[in-house]
Amino acid sequence: MRRRHFLTVSAASLGGLLIESLDGTLSRLAAQGQTVRIRLRFFTESEALIISAAAALIFPSDDSGSGAHEAGVTLYIDRQLAGPYGHDRHRYTRPPFDDNAPAEFGYQGQPTPREIYREGLAKLRGFHRLNREHQEAILHQIEATRFFHLLRHNTIEGLFCDPLHAGNANLVGWQLLGFPGPRMSNADDIEKHYGEPFRPKPASLQEVTGTKTPPHATEDKDGEAQS
Amino acid sequence: MKTLPHADVVIVGAGWTGLLMAKELAAKTSLNIVVLERGSAHSPTEYATGMDELAYAIRFRMMQDLSQDTVTIRHYPKDRAYPMRQYGAFLPGTGVGGAGEHWSGVFPRFLPDVFELHSRTVDKYGQSRLPEGHSIQDWGVTYDELEPYYTRAENLLGISGKAGNLRGTKIPGGNIFEGWRSAEYPTPPTKVPYFSELFRQAAAQLGYHPYPVPAATLSQLYTNPDGITRPACTYCGFCETFGCMIGAKSQPTNTLLPILTKHKSFSLRTNAQVRRILHDSSQNKSKIRGVTYTDFSGQEFFQPADLVFLASWTLNNTRLLLLSKLGEPYDPTTGRGTVGRNLTHQVMLNAATAFFDQPLNRFMGSGASGFMFNDLDGDVFDHSNIPFLRGGAFLGRSARSLPIGEADTLPKSVTATWGSEWKKAVLHYYDRAGKITFIGDHLAYKANYMDLDPTYKDHWGDPLLRLTIDWCDNERHMSAFAAQKAVELARAMGAKEINPSAALTRYDASRYQSSHIQGGAIQGASPETSVVNPYLQHWQAPNLFVLGASSFPQNAAANPTPTILAQTLRAADAVAQRYLKSPSLLA
Repeated sequence: MRRRHFLTVSAASLGGLLIESLDGTLSRLAAQGQTVRIRLRFFTESEALIISAAAALIFPSDDSGSGAHEAGVTLYIDRQLAGPYGHDRHRYTRPPFDDNAPAEFGYQGQPTPREIYREGLAKLRGFHRLNREHQEAILHQIEATRFFHLLRHNTIEGLFCDPLHAGNANLVGWQLLGFPGPRMSNADDIEKHYGEPFRPKPASLQEVTGTKTPPHATEDKDGEAQS
Repeated sequence: MKTLPHADVVIVGAGWTGLLMAKELAAKTSLNIVVLERGSAHSPTEYATGMDELAYAIRFRMMQDLSQDTVTIRHYPKDRAYPMRQYGAFLPGTGVGGAGEHWSGVFPRFLPDVFELHSRTVDKYGQSRLPEGHSIQDWGVTYDELEPYYTRAENLLGISGKAGNLRGTKIPGGNIFEGWRSAEYPTPPTKVPYFSELFRQAAAQLGYHPYPVPAATLSQLYTNPDGITRPACTYCGFCETFGCMIGAKSQPTNTLLPILTKHKSFSLRTNAQVRRILHDSSQNKSKIRGVTYTDFSGQEFFQPADLVFLASWTLNNTRLLLLSKLGEPYDPTTGRGTVGRNLTHQVMLNAATAFFDQPLNRFMGSGASGFMFNDLDGDVFDHSNIPFLRGGAFLGRSARSLPIGEADTLPKSVTATWGSEWKKAVLHYYDRAGKITFIGDHLAYKANYMDLDPTYKDHWGDPLLRLTIDWCDNERHMSAFAAQKAVELARAMGAKEINPSAALTRYDASRYQSSHIQGGAIQGASPETSVVNPYLQHWQAPNLFVLGASSFPQNAAANPTPTILAQTLRAADAVAQRYLKSPSLLA
């Protein structure tokens, strides 16, 4: 049994996020001015702080709006790595592998996303305590690594996925883009608004369909991390 | 291995072809029909709550589980092949409905000369114009023979569109280059997204003949000849890689299954991984005894049958023939053998990505709503001064603007890949980018083929299928031409920046292109050069039919499903009307 790790975040930044409490029930965090401790399922606390710092550089909170931090990207990645994705459950993982395969054949290595993150994070010890310039320089150094490639892509996923996956908190990602999320019908609008922005208020799958937890929301729960 | 009670008919695969054959035979005969599907059933609520990009479009929830079974790919016969460890160039579906559940629903017929490609090309240009190393051949069936079946398929699915050639009369606004049609489309064209309207105007301005994309996403409520009623599309934008939440997109589960489940003679077994076709063979004659499969728990079964249909998609059809040692495997060095030859993968490109000043509201659309034109397709245009044969269609659709997948669709002037500058570009361009699609012919070549991999195995211990495929000069020149024409279109549409697609070089197994992968069990007029006859009946084993695009001798510049369905209907008629009366080779 690994030691329990928690990420302490401000509840405000998690606004409408559905999170799991310790007894496994889903609850909605909306309290202002509080901090909450969320149990991590893959990362250690210091790993989570490193990921938060790196994701905040990849997609910053800046004058163009909220970023990876407000979207809860770190929690999203933590949940993904604890589930089938992190374990490569749906990838073909029989040998022989080849780390030097030509790029047009896709990733041919053995390490799973969990292993790639662990190894990548081991080289970033103390990253979250460095100043911004130093952090940026380090990210530039690792830009070509598989770890950075995954981190960058997972950050995009955590920003723009449906919030049922624990990212895109408060729909900040969709609000930034002007993407309304799933909509039952655009039939009356599709031939209007030619050349002008049509921006319906974003709504999550749960809000649109009225379903509490779509069946696949539970899919990622099977891989509780023990590392 | 447990031997099950005998079945009259066994169909391997519950996608478009398998369930369509089952429906036809259930309606026309009293045979008992068993359909074996390797995947699971989809629940009706799954699609209603499935508008989830991460689960369906990024993690590929509806696709074959690659941890169990995949293919290996290499460029040349002497290269080492690599397994497709994660999804790339194409997306094989699984489960009831197969890839027909998560398709876009683009439904064009092939041009008439596609079916006689070898003879028409030689007649017009001479043998010398055929590319080096080609293995192009005629289909053994003509457009005129297939026309009634195309019409039946369109009526079955309720295709929305506008005819351009009704019994030889050309109709402006439709596709004036299409083959003759005996009937107008059953439903009118779909609504038009803004980007598609820009495409239509630009295409017309440049002298092309744009017409509404024929769409299996219904423009209005429709009841098909079987009495199946489906609603009009709501343009939610979740088509490709998704099942339709309301059934407006025609899918095997909403168009065929409701009819099939009324027949007591029909049964469907899911999680049944078919492993071998069993046969008694001597000389060049085989009689199929049935198939073996492994169920979810690992138990093995023998399902005896009088008549077997392989309907398990291009790649698995070919693999089952190879694993079952049915027919002679193709050998590219000697040219002998037929099983596995003429592997093709359609030339599908985002020929140009156009970036605009104004937003496009691209979240509204369907996989098939938009405009396309065929002025640069097939032999419609003059090829005397261009360095390639054939061509393709250009499409301006508004599909797939989902944010995870499109976040990195940025003009080449944006060089940052992370940080504030990149973020600003992502936010700015997300709804200002549109893609002009090119879908082109892939000719068949002697060196592009399939066999069994000597190294890699699947979950059940069987060798994976190995694809040997690379582009040749015809496709490379065609792709460069397509990018140039698409840039002209994007400019005429008012794009401020344009990313043309790079010309094809090597076959890129990591880049999604289309799932229009074809060949391996091709049809033809002679058993020397084909696996099945023009009725899709195995030359050696008359009680076996191999359905689907595995039969296409080469890849035409249009989505394959209409032709797949038309050929399945034609085969079903031949089986019901002739084969069952006298089970032998159809002529």
